[in-house]
Order: sequence, then C-alpha cells, then structure tokens
Amino acid sequence: MGEKMSRRPYVREVPPTTWYFRMPRYMRYMVREVTSIFIGIYTVIMLVGLMRLSEGPAQWQSFLDALKSPGSVTFQVLALLFALYNSFTWFNVAPKALPLQFGEDMAPDSVVAIGHYVVWVLLSIFILFWAGVF
Amino acid sequence: MSDNRLAARQIELEVLRYNPETDQEPKFQNYSVPCINEWCVLDALNYLKDNLDPTLAYRWSCHMQVCGSCGMMINGEPKLACKAMLRDYPDTIRIEPLNHFPIERDLVTVADDFIAKLKRVKPYIIPGEKRVPTEGEYKQTPAQLKRYRQFAMCINCMLCYAACPEYGLQPKFIGPAAISLAHRYNIDSRDGGRDERQEEIATDEGVWECTFVGACSEVCPKHVDPAAALQQVKAASTVDWYLEHFMSWVKK
Ligand code: SF4
Ligand code: FES
Repeated sequence: MGEKMSRRPYVREVPPTTWYFRMPRYMRYMVREVTSIFIGIYTVIMLVGLMRLSEGPAQWQSFLDALKSPGSVTFQVLALLFALYNSFTWFNVAPKALPLQFGEDMAPDSVVAIGHYVVWVLLSIFILFWAGVF
Repeated sequence: MSDNRLAARQIELEVLRYNPETDQEPKFQNYSVPCINEWCVLDALNYLKDNLDPTLAYRWSCHMQVCGSCGMMINGEPKLACKAMLRDYPDTIRIEPLNHFPIERDLVTVADDFIAKLKRVKPYIIPGEKRVPTEGEYKQTPAQLKRYRQFAMCINCMLCYAACPEYGLQPKFIGPAAISLAHRYNIDSRDGGRDERQEEIATDEGVWECTFVGACSEVCPKHVDPAAALQQVKAASTVDWYLEHFMSWVKK
C-alpha cells in the first residue's frame, strides 16, 4: 500500500502565565476576574468593621475614622466602580444559565436580565431604607 | 450596480506551513494571490493550491458552512474559511491551523482528541422508554423541540475549542461543543440518558473546568452558544447536588 505515512504532529504550547495577552477577549475576562479581588478586599473590611463594633464604641469610632482617610476613600470608590462593572456584566450573561420558555417560545434574554436588575434595585432600596438612609 | 463585488484584488496570504517529513517546526510562507473581492478565504486558498502551490494541505468539503471542516485561524481568530469573506479583511491575511490542536501538516490539525470526547458524551438519543417500532414513533411537540434546537445546530467545526483558553491550558477539558451536545440530548424530551452523560460532564474534566470566559460563544459560526449550555449544565448539576444531599438528610 505505497509508502508509510510519517506522522509527527507539531504541538504549539500555550504560554501558561501570559495566555490572556493573546486575544482582547481574554484580557476582558481577566479584567473582570481582577475586579472580584477588590470586592473580596471590601468584604474583609466589612468583617473587620463588625469586629470593631463588637469591641465597643471607641473601637467602632476609630474604624469609621480610618474609613475616611483619603487612601481608604479612593479604595472604596474603586471597589464600588469594580463592583458595578462586575454586577452589570454578570446580570447581562445570567440569561445564559437561566433559559425561560413561555408557551412554545423561549423568552428573550432581556427578560431574565431585566428581572435581575429589578430585584437588585428593590433589594438595594430595601437595605438603604432598613439602614435608615431615607 | 456601483459596488465593487467583482473587483480584482491582490491578497497577500501568510500561511503557516509544516511538513512533518522535513520541518522541525512550522514557519510562515507568503503568497501573493489574485482574488476577487467577493471571494471567501477558502476561494483564495483553492486558487493558491490550483495555480501557485499544489503542496499546500488544508481541509474543506462543502464550501457552504455546513461540513465544519475548514476551520482555521484567520488573522488570529478561529473562523470557517468558507465564511470569512475577503471584503471584510485587509490586503494581508495571516492563516494558521486552529489553535490548541496539534498540527498534522500545514493547516490540517489532529482532531482525534475532539472525536474521542464526542464519543464519551454519547451524543445520541438513549430512549427513556424502550419501544418497538410497532408501538409508534417517539412524539415531540414544537415547544419541546425549541428547548434544545439551538444546541443541535453544531457542525463540529472545533472553532470553540480553538477559542477556549481553558482547553488550551488543560487539554483534558471535555470542552464546549461536546458538552453542549451532551446537554442537547439531556434536555431532549425523548431521551433518558442524562445520568450516563452526567458521569462524564458533571466532573472536573467537564463543566467544572469551565470558568465562563465565553470565547466559545463569540466565535461559534452557528450561534450554538456553547457557553450557555455549559452554564445550564452547571446550574442543573448544582441542583442535583443539593437534592442528593438534602434527600439523604431527609431520609435519616
Ligand atoms: S459549538 Fe459552534 S464553534 Fe463549537 S464545534 Fe459546534 S458549531 Fe463549531
Ligand atoms: S468547507 Fe464546509 S464548513 Fe467550510
């Protein structure tokens, strides 16, 4: 049956630490992942706050003062922006995991996405109200 | 008509070539190909092979976006060569074999890994209720069809694997198309094989390897939206887990 085929497949290695530079869409993914680090740090700050609160009024006051330092305010503004970005991008893809079918037809993605925004706004208003902001 | 659909255009193709018999590694070879603006990249390759260099190897068959064999990296993006129109590209186009697959020769990749994964997920109906033909057909309503139809449009072109960074880093990952196909059968009203498929896809090599980069859905030429299928499998598997653990607690 003729000459033997010589197979020698060539494997192109994927750079394990710099792969996300290869395509803009990978960078976009990585940026979103990084935003969650800020959300994580903010959660830790909240837990520290709870701890200070349990230690008494003086400790609580010093915690509140620390929050007002310029560095801390900068961090909180950044964390807020990143949290918003993270939430918006999440709500926009949530319909993928939650297909809804009304009668015969699949509901458009916007139905599930809008549902998420509505719940988010209602919950936020409720928490702000509960916290005595209004 | 004042458009320039039939205008001649000289296209510089930079093609990654690899000959397993003589080359240590792939290298680019440049060709200047006389094209027509309304051609697709596959037409340019066919002209190249017929007139300039008959040694170039690449796969194609249908020239109409249904066979799934002409996938390649075109200017860094996984594309079907028969769907990539020259009018959408600059005069220099770089063509490489699909990322994340070993190169067999020139633009031909080794697809064995993908084929093996397809088999693993049992992409066929495993009837929930066994019947003989005299008992009649398995019926399905249009609503039941619409649930999985999108995931049945896959043409196995592997563009999603070339786009998926997780697959590139962890080749054991069963990957977008195979898991989407498993999901397609899992949610088919005639099927009863979900438990068997879950053993393959609700695992670390299955959906839990996916971090929802979403690149697969962006490149899929058939709008299968594999990322959606994977998230749905994750959600359903999570529900399974809670049910299983909650049920065993209830039983005590
Ligand atoms: S899911 Fe889309 S990109 Fe992936 S193999 Fe199927 S058709 Fe191709
Ligand atoms: S040649 Fe069949 S999909 Fe392109």
